[in-house]
Amino acid sequence: MSIIIDEKTRVVIQGITGGEGTFHTQKMQEYGTKVVAGVTPGKGGTIHLGIPVFNTVADAVEKEGANASAIFVPAFAAADAIMEAAASGIRCTVCITEGIPTFDMLKVKSFLKGKDCQLIGPNTPGIISPGKCKIGIMPGHIHKPGSIGIISRSGTLTYEAVDQVTKLGYGQSTAVGIGGDPIVGLKFVELLKLFNEDKGTEAVILIGEIGGTAEEEAAEYISKEFTKPVVSFIAGQTAPPGRRMGHAGAIIAGGKGTAKEKMEALEKAGAFVVKSPAEIGSKVKEALAKQRKK
Amino acid sequence: MKIHEYQAKKILDKFGVQIPRGDVTDNPCQAREIAGKVGPKVVLKAQVHAGGRGKGGGIRLANSPQEAEKVAREMIGMTLVTHQTGPEGKLVKKILVEEALDIARELYLGIVIDRAREAAVVMASPQGGVEIEKVAAETPELIFKEYINPGTGFLSFQSRNLAFKLGLEGETLKQGVRFITSLYKTFEATDASLAEINPLLVTKQGKVLALDAKMNFDDNALARHPEIQEMRDLNEESPLEVEASKYNLNYIKLDGNVGCMVNGAGLAMATMDIIMHSGGMPANFLDVGGGVSEEAVKNAFKILVSDKDVKAALINIFGGIVRCDLVASGIVKAAKEIGLKVPMVVRLEGTNVDLGKKILSESGLSFYTAETMKEAAEKVVPLAKKR
Repeated sequence: MSIIIDEKTRVVIQGITGGEGTFHTQKMQEYGTKVVAGVTPGKGGTIHLGIPVFNTVADAVEKEGANASAIFVPAFAAADAIMEAAASGIRCTVCITEGIPTFDMLKVKSFLKGKDCQLIGPNTPGIISPGKCKIGIMPGHIHKPGSIGIISRSGTLTYEAVDQVTKLGYGQSTAVGIGGDPIVGLKFVELLKLFNEDKGTEAVILIGEIGGTAEEEAAEYISKEFTKPVVSFIAGQTAPPGRRMGHAGAIIAGGKGTAKEKMEALEKAGAFVVKSPAEIGSKVKEALAKQRKK
Repeated sequence: MKIHEYQAKKILDKFGVQIPRGDVTDNPCQAREIAGKVGPKVVLKAQVHAGGRGKGGGIRLANSPQEAEKVAREMIGMTLVTHQTGPEGKLVKKILVEEALDIARELYLGIVIDRAREAAVVMASPQGGVEIEKVAAETPELIFKEYINPGTGFLSFQSRNLAFKLGLEGETLKQGVRFITSLYKTFEATDASLAEINPLLVTKQGKVLALDAKMNFDDNALARHPEIQEMRDLNEESPLEVEASKYNLNYIKLDGNVGCMVNGAGLAMATMDIIMHSGGMPANFLDVGGGVSEEAVKNAFKILVSDKDVKAALINIFGGIVRCDLVASGIVKAAKEIGLKVPMVVRLEGTNVDLGKKILSESGLSFYTAETMKEAAEKVVPLAKKR
């Protein structure tokens, strides 16, 4: 089992004719993702990589039955692209684009309220349900179908965790990057809820980092309702305050958002918190062993 | 991006936010002229990107234009040390000379983005002149907040709510409402990430003014504000960080001696953390980007080896879409061109990792290699300590 996307997901690529869009569309096709349409305004009616290109997302939904989208358009146009997808009946939008202004994202989040569209990202590697569907830029082949759910604010650090888990013989139900920006779509809590209901997920790895309070909110939810073991690592234990650590959202502001606060909150909530990123995989093994004994 | 107080005040002035009369200068004679126009009594304020200037001698009073010139002479070129500059302090190049005002009350006004609520929030407090973090910790009931709906923007009643909470009355209330509204307008129009007026001044004559002003901006939005981009002061940043920014690298100088080069911000932070857990301290944060282009590796190499504090370095790359053999070739090429000036531990993982390792071992260069992050950190820390 998996969350959000599976073998039935039909994907439209917004910005399919650009360099990044082209490259990653090919990788998604190779992985087996059903890429059914592309959108580049003005290039409607053409064929790219064997895929029909439309002028609007609405056309792609109507003609090809797309129900998910991946966004590869430049930062200045990305907020508009997200809202177009949501307005056109797309159920899940994955925005890969990095560098969207915060004010644009505030408007996007306000626009999405009450609409039946789940946003993943922006500034995310995407989402993958191994063996079924990949929407994003992550290396598909390091993943393996299985029962570990992964939620992360990072890209390569998530691959590291996936790799550790896969090498120990476990696979993933779904791995999701929520994005490295201060304002993103689905956050830890919403995804934990989905994993809680997913019968195919036995345990969850939550990879957080400094900045904001998404991890603290996750901790509160975990302590109240989450029924499966959670293994967590928080990046940035050595990060100085007031500096933006690569991701726009990774900043300790006004003394708030430190790794220490987040680790304490998660530990208190009953999560298995590892201090070192090298211990993520082995801790999952330990957590599963404990859970199965119960 | 951060800017100076005088730059923030120039922006605020454009949007109709009331500021004291004055001007910025790097010249003591000019300081006297400014004092002649706006004084005779003036305040001279050192323009550096750091708080706590008053205690370090960075804010001084002068009673006459002559005195202003004398004080300016002492301030320009001084090294100002505050609790935010670090012990090395900051060189004062410019000072802001402003009219001295009769203070009746010192209030607080600030705007930030609240990430949990996903909205801008305007905060006001009658407790001005002290750090807002201190007020939040000790008397949180004295901070009043209005959250902004991105659809409607800041509404008049919200501005009135705050002005009443600040205890403003009569003509001063009207001025306060206008001030708060204009400050929000500035915040939104410039894509700011912080606008802080602390203190917000009420004079004995009942005027409402920004005595101090601090503004930070959303880096992601700078492309649509070239006039703000031009306000960047490279003197306020570490030279290596300025160099790295030319190459579009995410680099931050830190206090330790173990250099690191990593692809991806999260993995880069995690690498710093594992260096600490292995008994060392990172000398920097350096993210070459998820894609690890050959160009980025070469430039990152240059930055790493030009940092005198780096005694050994760890290169940690997770090759996903990018193949490890290509990354390895890039590292070897950069090392041959720039030279291996410190011991380097390379840890590659991901696609074609074996081929990548072979390229490193056959390069004729003395890289140390490691299988896992843990092994890499445990190798690099003793190497840094030895030197």
